[in-house]
Amino acid sequence: MPKDHGIGASPKRREDVRFLTGAGNYTDDINVHGQAYVYFLRSDMAHGKINKIDTSAAADMPGVVRIFTGADFEGVGGLPCGWEITDKNGAAMKEPAHPVLAIGKVRHVGDPVAAIVADSLEQARDAAEAIELDIEELPAVVDMPRALQADSPLVHDDLADNLCYDWQFGTDTETTDKAFAAAAHVTTLELVNNRLVANPMEPRVAVGDYSRANDESTLYTTSQNPHVIRLLMGAFVLGIPEHKLRVVAPDVGGGFGTKIFHYAEEAFCTFASRQINRAVKWTSSRSEAFMSDAHGRDHVTKIELALDADNNFTAVRTNTHANMGAYLSTFSTSVPTWLHGTLMAGNYRTPAVQVNVKAVFTNTVPVDAYRGAGRPEATFQLERVIDQAARELGVDPIALRRQNFISEFPYETPVAVVYDTGDYVATMDKMEELIDIAGFPARRAESEARGMLRGLGVNCFIEACGIAPSNLVGQLGARAGLYDAATVRVNATGSISVMVGAHSHGQGHETVFPQVVAEMLGIDESMIDIVHGDTSKIPFGMGTYGSRSLAVCGSAMVRATEKIINKAKKIAGHLLEASEADIELKDGQFSVAGTDKSVAWGDVTLAAYVPHNYPLEDIEPGLEETAFYDPSNFTYPAGAYACEVEVDPETGKVTIEKFVSADDFGNVINPMIVEGQVHGGIAQGIGQALLENCSYDENGQLLSASYMDYAMPRADDLPHMSQYQVDHSCQTPCTHNPLGVKGCGEAGAIGSPPTVVNAVLDALNSGGHNVAHIDMPVSPARVWAAING
Amino acid sequence: MYSFDMVRPTSVADAVSALGQEEAQALSGGQTLIPTLKQRLASPSVLVSLTGIAEMQGVCREDSGDLAIGGGTTHATVAAEAASIYPALAKLAGGIGDPAVRNRGTIGGSLANNDPSACYPAAALGSGATIVTNTREIAADDYFQGMFTTALEEGEIITSVRFPVPEAAGYAKFEQPASRFALTAVYVAKYADGVRVAVTGASENGVFRWTEAEAALSSNFSPDAVAGLSLSGDDMISDLHGTGAYRAHLVGVMTKRAVAAAG
Repeated sequence: MPKDHGIGASPKRREDVRFLTGAGNYTDDINVHGQAYVYFLRSDMAHGKINKIDTSAAADMPGVVRIFTGADFEGVGGLPCGWEITDKNGAAMKEPAHPVLAIGKVRHVGDPVAAIVADSLEQARDAAEAIELDIEELPAVVDMPRALQADSPLVHDDLADNLCYDWQFGTDTETTDKAFAAAAHVTTLELVNNRLVANPMEPRVAVGDYSRANDESTLYTTSQNPHVIRLLMGAFVLGIPEHKLRVVAPDVGGGFGTKIFHYAEEAFCTFASRQINRAVKWTSSRSEAFMSDAHGRDHVTKIELALDADNNFTAVRTNTHANMGAYLSTFSTSVPTWLHGTLMAGNYRTPAVQVNVKAVFTNTVPVDAYRGAGRPEATFQLERVIDQAARELGVDPIALRRQNFISEFPYETPVAVVYDTGDYVATMDKMEELIDIAGFPARRAESEARGMLRGLGVNCFIEACGIAPSNLVGQLGARAGLYDAATVRVNATGSISVMVGAHSHGQGHETVFPQVVAEMLGIDESMIDIVHGDTSKIPFGMGTYGSRSLAVCGSAMVRATEKIINKAKKIAGHLLEASEADIELKDGQFSVAGTDKSVAWGDVTLAAYVPHNYPLEDIEPGLEETAFYDPSNFTYPAGAYACEVEVDPETGKVTIEKFVSADDFGNVINPMIVEGQVHGGIAQGIGQALLENCSYDENGQLLSASYMDYAMPRADDLPHMSQYQVDHSCQTPCTHNPLGVKGCGEAGAIGSPPTVVNAVLDALNSGGHNVAHIDMPVSPARVWAAING
Repeated sequence: MYSFDMVRPTSVADAVSALGQEEAQALSGGQTLIPTLKQRLASPSVLVSLTGIAEMQGVCREDSGDLAIGGGTTHATVAAEAASIYPALAKLAGGIGDPAVRNRGTIGGSLANNDPSACYPAAALGSGATIVTNTREIAADDYFQGMFTTALEEGEIITSVRFPVPEAAGYAKFEQPASRFALTAVYVAKYADGVRVAVTGASENGVFRWTEAEAALSSNFSPDAVAGLSLSGDDMISDLHGTGAYRAHLVGVMTKRAVAAAG
């Protein structure tokens, strides 16, 4: 019988009461008395030289408080990049300046040129129209190979070229070349991992609020990691020490990675508020979000897979161009390298794996982490080339994968990571059961009878989550530690506030984290609340991304709770006149082993705060503990996914008929929330596979700048819930964190795109169309073109 | 948006009078105009709402047998109230946008805007409808004059639209994945004197009649009748969502499916 509370139970999400009844407190709900509003005048050209910005007429417009331009930020720091990559020749990456407002040049459509602060937003917009811009349009570069040609326009004039770095990783070239030379078969694919716009439901918002009374600044912002923003903005951009800077990320309506980064608008509102001694608010419009939120993906890759005569994988080699956009966003440089190259072994024991990545500047919006961040790109390449190899060799794609699975753990890959545990056969078996492989021929025949093509696609994936061991990522160039932290504050009557570094913006931490603490203490979950999102309240944790919250911050919370238990046992021992070593905690009662003497949780906590009868000579009063947790390894969730599609050969339209996932997330705390995460992740992956396409024309104009042209997945793009099964019953617990958890937030978005594309190609090939590949999104027009090509 | 005045007259005469003001702009359901205003792409001095005019509301069958729909009638109303008279038209109305759009958007607004990817122009042209304004009656064949262009004069209001009810009709829409407007859609209507075929979403020149298909279907009203026909993609819209050649191909497929849907 399923548990009804604690670890493994599925209580309903307590935060949903406020989210679903309009009682949430989002950043745009925060209004500071007397606040002014900022409107950013953004470049409408992709590349241009700023000759003059004349704000004199605009400054006299009604309601205008002050107009800022790049000149106001000379001498102020630029937006920093959080990860330095060393290229294959040992040189540091190129790291151009990223000013808060454009200085000298504009480098992408949406680059902020001026910021107009006024009493109302409409007045600011009116004044923006009165600013006279003299910007000389320059040729733009959008295409990555073009950007690397000697005669390409330079995005940054102070750099020699548009190459940020040329990175190589994994097996050495000689060994790799030998493996390819000896191969019985080599399959090669050229693949585009399409650029995406994250599109969280809540656009970004920032409110800067300076208090002259104590020289303190508060920034309310839509962030996944308020402490990271405080550190980056305080230390690197504005020079405000931490004790004078508070960052609050209240309810946040979805992030998907794009709210990790430190953005110009946040720095601006904080800076401007200090300048004008008045709060400054910015709320992004959806149109602005398309041209100012960091985009995701945008890799172009050639991948080669070598196999021996027995179809064993012998080598993988990739050459990727990764688009950085016009500036380096906070973690942009780590995505195509350490978050991508390290996963190129996948679930397979390929002895040689070499990854080459050229990161390229272009006149486009900066690109950074988006749900999965590098791991979807790696999985897509590998799982597409394996499928194509199976087709070329005429072997079963599932059998080919099974034959090459890693089966012994721990396993050190040629790309530096050590998988601690896993069972890829188990998830594959489960997937085959869920999709009903045996019934597929009959389903295909039924589709064909209606003139449709039906395909079955499979995919296996592994990801590295729980980022990350700080000493390791420090060696790899990270400029931040990646531990997390939690403070467990037990109140006098036994209720608990847990202050966590993780940030919940849809994940359900407020429900899940109390389940863990309640289980450990044997008390009711309703006695426990989570506090997150405010640097003045929470310990210095690093926030939420990379499916890390439970694995890293949850581990810190477990450690802190263990400290609480240890201290509470001392107090209980005192109250029960027994040795603390004999005290047992069960169901919220401390008892002396082997006796009927016990004291309740609430009596112990009260004693801690009303220490009349208390061992003051041995321990301090109070019951509050903090722990920082730095993981010793990544976690490695893995799974096997399958999908069945129907393709209408007349129109090219793809319909997903059935989608199943078999994930191994290790231990699962709240199955309902895990299933929701996977459902949502798969929906996003289906969006990437079939619909979403952030597209620029050759002049750097954004073609998909609104929902009229950027296709988000909707409910009817997904299979019916009865045909959309997510399973997490295969569990190999993580070996190195106390909960044995691996993380589930990104799996769906990683595992689903190649599954869908493999299924479409299976359908087309079953219909006699010899199609090796179609780039995502696999739109009706592209499928039709492939059929008729 | 920029500031503007707004009036909500209760008669066509008052609306016409209000539209005589400098920089006046008619506002019906606002499904195109309001977003345009919000983006500051239009700056009317006065908006004249047409939604308060009773004589422009509703669906009825005239003595002639024709279906008359008031210019200010929403898509949702047409979907509900025209279903028993002209089911294919009601079904088209029920498939426009989403519920919010259907409860605000109006037939007059859609036809006056003549978006090249809108549904109603295909129904009006495909049915040989009559566009009735405050000053005259305009045959659909004369009304649509290219993308976002119609025969309407400045200040002229569509008060109603009159549809001859066909023996059979069908509409097949292939949706653009993002906007879910018609990437290409075809309306087919069979009358005693022949079949009309109108295509929306495809052409650079807006809604048009596919006369070859009309001829073929007039002699044999079955999906197979258009099997051998094809259109050139040269004048078709080519964008992120499909080339002209793809749209030209879809015209054939959607025509076939519209005929099949007509039963």
